[in-house]
Amino acid sequence: MSNKIRVFVPRDSAALAVGADEVAQALQAAAGDAIELVRNGSRGLFWLEPLVEVQTPAGRVAYGPVNPEDVPGLLAAGLLQGGEHALRQGVTEQIPYLALQERLTFRRMGVTDPLSLADYEAHEGWAGLRRALAMDSAGIVHELTHSGLRGRGGAAFPAGIKWKTVAHARAAQKYIVCNADEGDSGTYSDRMTMEGDPYVLIEGMTIAALAVGATQGYIYVRSEYPHAVATLNEALARAKAAGFIGDSVLGSGHAFHLHVRMGAGAYVCGEETALLESLEGRRGIVRAKPPLPALKGLFGQPTVINNVITFASAPIILARGAQFYRDYGVGRSHGTLPFQLAGNIRHGGLVEKAFGLTLRELVYGFGGGTASGRPIKAIQVGGPLGAYVPEDKWDVPLDYEAYAAFGGVVGHGGIVVHDDTANLARLARYAMDFCALESCGKCTPCRIGSTRGVEVIDRITAGGPQQPQQVKLLRDLCDTMLHGSLCAMGGMTPYPVLSALNHYPQDFGLAVPDVPVTQATQAA
Amino acid sequence: MSTPHASDSAAPPDAAEPTAAPKAVLQAVQQALDELAHLPGALLPILHALQDRLGYVPEAGVPLVAEALNLSRAEVHGVISYYHHFRSSPPGRHVVQVCRAESCQSRGAEALWAHACSRLGCADSDHGATNADASVTLLPVYCLGLCASSPAIAVDERVHARVSLQRFDHLVAPLQTQEA
Repeated sequence: MSNKIRVFVPRDSAALAVGADEVAQALQAAAGDAIELVRNGSRGLFWLEPLVEVQTPAGRVAYGPVNPEDVPGLLAAGLLQGGEHALRQGVTEQIPYLALQERLTFRRMGVTDPLSLADYEAHEGWAGLRRALAMDSAGIVHELTHSGLRGRGGAAFPAGIKWKTVAHARAAQKYIVCNADEGDSGTYSDRMTMEGDPYVLIEGMTIAALAVGATQGYIYVRSEYPHAVATLNEALARAKAAGFIGDSVLGSGHAFHLHVRMGAGAYVCGEETALLESLEGRRGIVRAKPPLPALKGLFGQPTVINNVITFASAPIILARGAQFYRDYGVGRSHGTLPFQLAGNIRHGGLVEKAFGLTLRELVYGFGGGTASGRPIKAIQVGGPLGAYVPEDKWDVPLDYEAYAAFGGVVGHGGIVVHDDTANLARLARYAMDFCALESCGKCTPCRIGSTRGVEVIDRITAGGPQQPQQVKLLRDLCDTMLHGSLCAMGGMTPYPVLSALNHYPQDFGLAVPDVPVTQATQAA
Repeated sequence: MSTPHASDSAAPPDAAEPTAAPKAVLQAVQQALDELAHLPGALLPILHALQDRLGYVPEAGVPLVAEALNLSRAEVHGVISYYHHFRSSPPGRHVVQVCRAESCQSRGAEALWAHACSRLGCADSDHGATNADASVTLLPVYCLGLCASSPAIAVDERVHARVSLQRFDHLVAPLQTQEA
């Protein structure tokens, strides 16, 4: 190694979107041969992006948010030695926002160069795959089942059971499909993983392939993520050249061929059967289940289809053992979830923590309240199909069952904060409107119900003597969508709508009830 | 599922004949088919390749794609029209996407969208619109995955976050002055 000083400037989209490339160029131009510039992933402290880090004897020291104009001043202040400056955030690992996290799936995020195989290997990379190669199919499935890992895409189905079903299915060809159609507003952990630690996804999918006997895999990435697609393609090429995937995984004789496919802007393709239709080259129309994709999935063959974070959790489970992972979390929610703080929040970013912490701890403790400085009015948890959680639920522990008990959804861990200028009737109308725009059209409650929902909400907010009748109509409509839709698109759009109606009636021009809304009248 | 039809059986009566297609379109289609038609589920990759090369998926290319994949024209047309990403006519010289999803709404995306429409001279449409001099196509987008730094936009392939109205003006200023 040379004695150049290592300087890190992230290449994550969210860093590029606030000028990381310009900062990198300014540093390279000003410091020239004195530095080795590394384009790492993002640490996920997005209010500090572009976050520049410098390797010092005391550890990596962080500066942020850095603008290109700050570079000369930073260098003059001794940036390369970790010198004092107004933008200095201290030793990165000691920043409380990071130090208080439990990063398992995201333990390499922002630390390494995403495309460096040497970096990946030096940070526990491929350890899970190597252990899996020494086990039989049942052994791998047992580890995953015992870890308690549940589908991180939102449905929270036990991953081990899904893998076991595919492993036991008899077919000449089986598939591994990664659902990377991360369309939910307020979520970006899949994008970060694909851009910032792509090999962990490749390793996780390869472990799945060994577990079930699949030789072909697809990563279906939404078209809104061109950077993720580019990074994945490069990572796949390098992993294949190095023998981690391809005709013989690490010389084991097991073949696994992995491909990236791009979606085309259809939100409903995040639903697994619509995604499979799209991969097969058709309109992304939801399929009726059964048959389950585990038995008749891609091209009619047994298919493991999981979210990015589910696959990305498999390597550490295999590397450190199921019990290690299982010991994190509460109740039946084992392990960690990468929560994503978004929207009107002061310190927006990725917080990986064991299940069981509260929304209040997340949005105030980590998030520091709103970016606008105004009071928080509502927090939508679990994406556009998740409920708006009112303040009296902010101390409920975040686990799948505790949230389901009050009609909430943990989902993919997206948390969107709204301040007191938000109008919840407007957001409820948006939820119905979005459903109308994105409905695949296969089932009537979703296709027609969403359009009627927009109209009914408009009549409610218009006021007048018809209002009570229209409120009842909206509740009836939501009930039909909830119970009669084929998938979560129509089936969960009532969650944000009814939670807005129940907890923020004043925004609909309705009288505030004297007694709190009882659980029986809430969504699901 | 139904068996694939002969490619001409589902053609609308007034469909353009393949021979009417400009040479560039035919070349792009042939190249995409040569490179991608062998893939399982090849239709989306082929349509992406066409749009990447031509900026849109020309109607004139549909019969060729249908023929090569043993699909009806209606099936290919159905896929193109189903996905928001694919467009059947050329966009403006630049494409500006403004995120209108919840996270960006919480940081003023609706005001930003209204500002974008008037600043760029594009009609306020849920399906997007191109301005009079065809310099810019403005499109709504539902999440760019930059939700911790809302509001977010994309100008052609570049993403931008924490976009104030002033920053928006700064970012789009070069688009309307430069040619192509």
